[in-house]
Amino acid sequence: MQSPPAPHDGVPAKLIVEGVSKRFTSQRATVQALDNVSLTMAEGEFVCLIGPSGCGKSTLLDIMAGLTVPDSGRVLADGKLVQGPGRQRLVMFQEPALFPWLDAFGNVMFGLKLRDDLKARERKEIAEHFLKLVGLETFKHAHVHELSGGMKQRVALARALAPNPQVLLMDEPFAALDALTRDQLYDDIQRIWMGSRKTIIFVTHNVREAVCLGDRVVLMSPSPGRIASIFDIALPRPRDINSPELAGYTSRIAAALKGTLKEAVSE
Amino acid sequence: MRRISVALVFFAVLVGLWELAVRSGRWSAVLLPSPLYVAEYLWAALLDGTLLEAAWVTLKRLLVGYAAGVLIGLPLGLLTSMSQTLEDTIGAMALGLQTLPSVCWVPLALVWFGQTESAMLFVVVMGTVWSVIIATDYGARSIPPIYARAARTMGSEGMHKWVYVILPASLPFLVTGMKQGWAFAWRSLMAAEIYVTILTGFGLGHLLHYGRELNAMDQVIGIMIVIVLIGLLADRLLFSPWERFLHSRWGTNVKAS
Repeated sequence: MQSPPAPHDGVPAKLIVEGVSKRFTSQRATVQALDNVSLTMAEGEFVCLIGPSGCGKSTLLDIMAGLTVPDSGRVLADGKLVQGPGRQRLVMFQEPALFPWLDAFGNVMFGLKLRDDLKARERKEIAEHFLKLVGLETFKHAHVHELSGGMKQRVALARALAPNPQVLLMDEPFAALDALTRDQLYDDIQRIWMGSRKTIIFVTHNVREAVCLGDRVVLMSPSPGRIASIFDIALPRPRDINSPELAGYTSRIAAALKGTLKEAVSE
Repeated sequence: MRRISVALVFFAVLVGLWELAVRSGRWSAVLLPSPLYVAEYLWAALLDGTLLEAAWVTLKRLLVGYAAGVLIGLPLGLLTSMSQTLEDTIGAMALGLQTLPSVCWVPLALVWFGQTESAMLFVVVMGTVWSVIIATDYGARSIPPIYARAARTMGSEGMHKWVYVILPASLPFLVTGMKQGWAFAWRSLMAAEIYVTILTGFGLGHLLHYGRELNAMDQVIGIMIVIVLIGLLADRLLFSPWERFLHSRWGTNVKAS
């Protein structure tokens, strides 16, 4: 079960995390959020990071995004050291973080306007394409507050995809949505991923969600945040979150997840 | 349409009550003139040009002083929101001076600038700038940090981030701040015009002042009404479009406007 943190054979590594540690110090306590974490993600791979709260999975994602600087260790993207946020690695947050002063279309255009290599018409076409891809072409000029929670996350997904990043970092993007909307989005994200083959790192605390979406599921344990084990999910796609094949993986990973919690408590 | 007629009826009733109070004879007609006399005064002042000229002089001062106040206050507010040191210094000063009623600047202005336009302008700017700084600072600080994070990941940094993220994100607070600044500027200017008598231009405040000197209450009340009307009009023309935009985009206050 404990496979070495290496990419699949023959596929080049897209993102390499090398011995990353991060500690947060507040007035009352010091938290070792990450302790010497190493992980390699292959190009086009869908990796889910899972673990109980406080295991540092979101911190790890922030470090990969370049939003947080690690105390030690480093992150390489395409062999280059990550020193700050970059357009090649776009982030989707748990909140949609859409800009209310722009309409749906304007939000998708935001990242595109920062790309100097595109002509105005190309930008417009790309934005329209991605709004259509997430099924919101008729909501082009809708104001943010007029969209439902699921629609907001779709716009956020279109906004993240539009500038054509090579890596998509998703931090529990569906956690605040209702189950029905979530199921729909699992289908959408798989369809989009299979079409574009971007590298996706997906943070979640929902085991089923991780098994449904990931090629690999990386289980992390808390205090200090470490990688406990890595599971390869060898199921055909597209996967249905409610299919029985998922259940075997889900129960195994859920058991391991409970184990990490017990360890943390007994320590 | 219905809202307008309701408002019209309300004000008609108000004027009717006023007229009734006058007719009751309990107060001297000199102290409480009939609305008819006030209207007569306003009409005469309108015809001989004094009213328009005074309003123009006042508005010119107001716009110049307000613009200066906003142009100084807005960047300062953004700066204090960015740096703790500036917040502890300029921010603290702004907070202190904002509590100072603007009329308190008049004695200083008179000594420094004499009976001049500069004295007038000084009072208006001092009355405006501090509240604009505080509102802007508060606005920039109240922006959800997630906006800046999202913008950063998309490659928005430095000036771009300020112009396309921080500024629009703080728009609701900026409009509130600028509106408050406008009210403060208006108050300061009236205080200045009543206390600073100068020969370079006769404003509405001066008409008010001389109305009192001449015991012409029809003039005093008439000018007060004009001042209120200009305030309302400015609110409609300058701020309502922004507020409508904000409400429709942010989805706030759906009931109004």
